[in-house]
Amino acid sequence: MTREPSLIEPTLNEPLSPFRNGFNTGMTVLAFALTALAILPLFTILWKIIQEGLPQLNWQTFTSLPAPVGSDPNEPSGFANAIVGTFTMVGLASLFSIPLGILTGIFLSEFARGSKLGDGIRFAAVLLSSTPSVIVGVFAYGLLVLTTKQFSAIAGGFALGVIMLPIVALTTEEALKLVPMHYRLGSSALGGTSFQTIFKIILPSAIAPITTGVLLAVARAAGETAPLMFTALFSQFWQENLWSPTPSLPVLIYNYASSPFPEQNALAWTASLVLVLLVLLTSLASRFFTRKRSS
Amino acid sequence: MNTTDLQTQSREITQPAIKVENVSFFYGTKKALEGVFIDIPQYKVTAMIGPSGCGKSTLLKALNRIGEIEGKVKVTGKVEFFGQDIYGSNVNLNTLRRQVGMVFQRPNPFPASIYDNIAYGVRIFRPIGRAELDNLVESSLRGAALWDEVKDLLQKSALGLSGGQQQRLCIARALAVKPKVLLMDEPCSALDPISTLKVEELIHTLKENFTIVIVTHNMQQATRVSDYTAFFNADASRVGRLVEFGSTAQIFSDATQQETRDYVAGRFG
Repeated sequence: MTREPSLIEPTLNEPLSPFRNGFNTGMTVLAFALTALAILPLFTILWKIIQEGLPQLNWQTFTSLPAPVGSDPNEPSGFANAIVGTFTMVGLASLFSIPLGILTGIFLSEFARGSKLGDGIRFAAVLLSSTPSVIVGVFAYGLLVLTTKQFSAIAGGFALGVIMLPIVALTTEEALKLVPMHYRLGSSALGGTSFQTIFKIILPSAIAPITTGVLLAVARAAGETAPLMFTALFSQFWQENLWSPTPSLPVLIYNYASSPFPEQNALAWTASLVLVLLVLLTSLASRFFTRKRSS
Repeated sequence: MNTTDLQTQSREITQPAIKVENVSFFYGTKKALEGVFIDIPQYKVTAMIGPSGCGKSTLLKALNRIGEIEGKVKVTGKVEFFGQDIYGSNVNLNTLRRQVGMVFQRPNPFPASIYDNIAYGVRIFRPIGRAELDNLVESSLRGAALWDEVKDLLQKSALGLSGGQQQRLCIARALAVKPKVLLMDEPCSALDPISTLKVEELIHTLKENFTIVIVTHNMQQATRVSDYTAFFNADASRVGRLVEFGSTAQIFSDATQQETRDYVAGRFG
């Protein structure tokens, strides 16, 4: 067969028309410029937080109570109580929302798949996850603060747990739905009960995406302010017990940022920095688990 | 064809491991299989052949009631496993499936180590000591002709094995719980020719200790591995039925039904 070189070679070497070249370059530049514009606010916030928060950040930040207003500027000042409070309440929230959420996810994926009941529960979970957090706060206030006549870490933890619950439930369901059907068949064909199939085969093979979901829920709860203002309130001091008003990072930021005292404003910046770092670390951990799953 | 004829026939062979009497099968309201009678003899290989959609896999899944996991199904008629009605009201499905093991079309090892894949089925039924479990894992892997290839990899993930090895692992996993009957749903359709050969050789060895029912779309495979063959076909309304059941030699060389003769001669399907 004879080739016709004149048909091929010139078309390979011929450049695109100036219009197509120019359009291509123009659109690429535009895409980069708009991306930069989109991430600009994020970096501005981060930069501002670091700039304002970093100078006061030291060991005392994590070990001391906030110094009283008007005290000697050299007196150690920090917000250890708020850090402990945030950990306490997120811990309490996790304690009830993670098991409950995972069990709900199991129910949705393994027992109620395609049923009306399952659709109803899933819809309720979606609604709950999009409920404004201030309403969750009011709910917890009505349920736990009015009845016990106490602002408390328990009430705050409960409110945060209600926020975490649908996130954990829905991500667990999604994770379990991705587990291939043939694992379930294989286990059942060996005589496994549904309990054994779920807890020994299905759940372990979905543990990485479930962990990711749980960590994202934790990160979300750690940054919530509104539900805590009605439930845990705030305190300048260490919390006395789980049934007493409890400080937390987001509420501390809210209170101190609008305070007329510059030293409290400064502390709010530092608290913002610590909170951002905590949430960032949690998100990074969840990325780590996601990557572990895909490899 | 009536029941009493089949019963007398089967008594001459031996007591059947599974007795299928007038079974019809429905997915939801759609009938997939109608009026099947088969006696599956012990310690033999029974092949189920037929064109796609003829109900052969459907019948196989009715024998350990695994089809019920995937969706709503209904079965009428009677399936007896050594004289016990498996569709009776008090049947423990876990005990049934443990005695009627299954190997699926695609190898489906669990995402765990080779050792744990075999151990799973045993552990879920009773507490078992390490030494006894080690022995059982070894004997099951030997039983599936896989031991020599994996004896140094027992703690490695089963997903690292080749497709053929994974399928033999699934066979070993089924053997570990000591079933009486082993159902195989096109076990070689996802395998290369060499792995297929290994699985077929394995089936020959296994029938000394197990009753095997194998669904295959490959007629050569049916002639190579089976002692009895059941030919299924679907009618115009897409309802499957059993056309003919007999010794493999008879079905492939001297079938009584024209349909069967046409199918085994490759004239349709």
